[in-house]
Amino acid sequence: MTEVVFWVAAVVSVAAGVAVFRTDSMARATYALAASFVAVGVILLAFDLDYLGVIVILMMIMEMAIMALFMIMLMGMNPALMPMSMVHSKRTATAIAVVVFLGLATAALAIPWPGRSGAPAADLTRSLGEAVMGSKMLVMLTISPVLFATIVGTLVLGHPRDRYQRYGDDLDRARPDDPIEGGVGR
Amino acid sequence: MSEVTEAGPLWAALAPVALLALATVGAAVAHTQAARARGEAALSGVGLPFVESARLLRQRRRVTVAADRVLWQVAIGGLPVVAVLMAVVVPVGPVVLVDSPVGVVWFNAMDVMLWALWWLAGWGPNSAHSLMAGHRFLGLALAYELPLMFALTSPAIAAHSLRVADLAAAQQGLWFAVWMPVAFLVFLGAAVAFASWGPFAVAAHADLAGGVLAETSGVDRWLVLVGRHLVLAAAALMAVPLFLGGGAGPLLGPVAWTVVKAVVVLAGLELVAGRVPLVRPERFAEVGWMVLLPATVLQMLVAAVVALGGAS
Amino acid sequence: MTLSLVLVVAAALFAVGLWGALSQQVVVMVMMGLELMINAVILAAGAFWWFTSPSPDGQVLLLVVVAAMTVEMAMGFAVALLLHRRRGTDMTDMAGELNR
Repeated sequence: MTEVVFWVAAVVSVAAGVAVFRTDSMARATYALAASFVAVGVILLAFDLDYLGVIVILMMIMEMAIMALFMIMLMGMNPALMPMSMVHSKRTATAIAVVVFLGLATAALAIPWPGRSGAPAADLTRSLGEAVMGSKMLVMLTISPVLFATIVGTLVLGHPRDRYQRYGDDLDRARPDDPIEGGVGR
Repeated sequence: MSEVTEAGPLWAALAPVALLALATVGAAVAHTQAARARGEAALSGVGLPFVESARLLRQRRRVTVAADRVLWQVAIGGLPVVAVLMAVVVPVGPVVLVDSPVGVVWFNAMDVMLWALWWLAGWGPNSAHSLMAGHRFLGLALAYELPLMFALTSPAIAAHSLRVADLAAAQQGLWFAVWMPVAFLVFLGAAVAFASWGPFAVAAHADLAGGVLAETSGVDRWLVLVGRHLVLAAAALMAVPLFLGGGAGPLLGPVAWTVVKAVVVLAGLELVAGRVPLVRPERFAEVGWMVLLPATVLQMLVAAVVALGGAS
Repeated sequence: MTLSLVLVVAAALFAVGLWGALSQQVVVMVMMGLELMINAVILAAGAFWWFTSPSPDGQVLLLVVVAAMTVEMAMGFAVALLLHRRRGTDMTDMAGELNR
């Protein structure tokens, strides 16, 4: 059963990955990528990684739903309306990708991987939680400022209006001047 | 660990039917309210879901020009499927279909699935109104999703588990709804939002010519309308073990109590939602991030402190 | 299902992503390629964890990879937005100041 699930999911993940770059539709490309991620999430579930598998599915669906918006917003030319090649240095890229695949696949098949040492914990989610809050806490402590910096950096880069536009040149406006009225306190 | 048994495949086949029955009750409540609002006899609304179903199932489907048929069908068929997948981790009395150790996260993943489905339902028909409604839903989703996640986390923290049956069992003394009112209300609000219903019906509302419903007809339209009520029903069912003590209650058995509580929650959602005007997502975004998010984080802190106190 | 076979699948995903990241002209499509490559890393990390040493530590690695992906996405979107606003373009060929 696990075997069948794995092979179906593996085929779906790779096929959907290829479809991302083969389709003309922006929405289909994005959701093909989402399908690829869901398939990998399913494979993780087959490894008994309940929590991480579901988290991968959750995050990627969310991310792709937003990504589709960016695709439509930023694509200046719509390949679905005007079929055209949106690629550059195709030959080099293909050559590099094929070489990398052959190299990695040969390594994967040729290297004598060590056998399994130790057994998975009875409750993997709990053991992950204990690792994150215990021996591996430093990792999470490092990630959280990185994520916070990302939030700040993203807003600084992406937000079209700064505080001077909102609160006036001397920052003395009582209410911010926003294009969208409403919300809290306005 | 509380004892629940996984139901066999026969029950699995019955589960969608049972959820549909629950959703029918919800739809009947909604139509009754609508009939009263129109000044007709309230009871005439009870039969309306059936009449409407019979009409739509016989109606011929209309397809728009250059529609993205594949993604459109995925979205329309996906709504009922996701609703059922949401409900499979919910224990009904001593029985559950999938006794997942991460049931709460699974439920969360399924409600995120609705982001994709509502947007795809807007994208599919190649219609401006539908697409705008899909975009608008994502705008609302950004506002409600994080508070919803924290609202789901609070009971899990208090119960020391992500397994839904453990959550129900952890409320032997006091229901989580009583001492986690913020999380409970945010959960109910988010349920209305991800079903795109009532004040949060941004994906399918008359103000945008029906939104994603603008171009759907026949069995497609039926699936979207039913899917909406199924999602609401699944969320109401989930509220029972999350916040309302699961099947606990006097006299009646745990199965009966689960159903009774779910029906009450569902009727509440359908009724309240029908009386509140539409909220504009761009305005609600600020409420979500400035009010609901801090409130749910504080709620989580309270849950954590209480859970620590109980553990020591 | 053996470790080698899962790794071959991951290698295929990685190569497809690499092809996309190298050849696509539109920034968002390049990001999709990067995402696919990270997808392969997630798969490979999960397989390594399961087949060699199923201790909690490997799961933490997966969490880190997922977090890295969110950072990549958020920053990528921000830069894409900025490019779009300042240059009115979404093509990598027209955003080459890092070359000079």
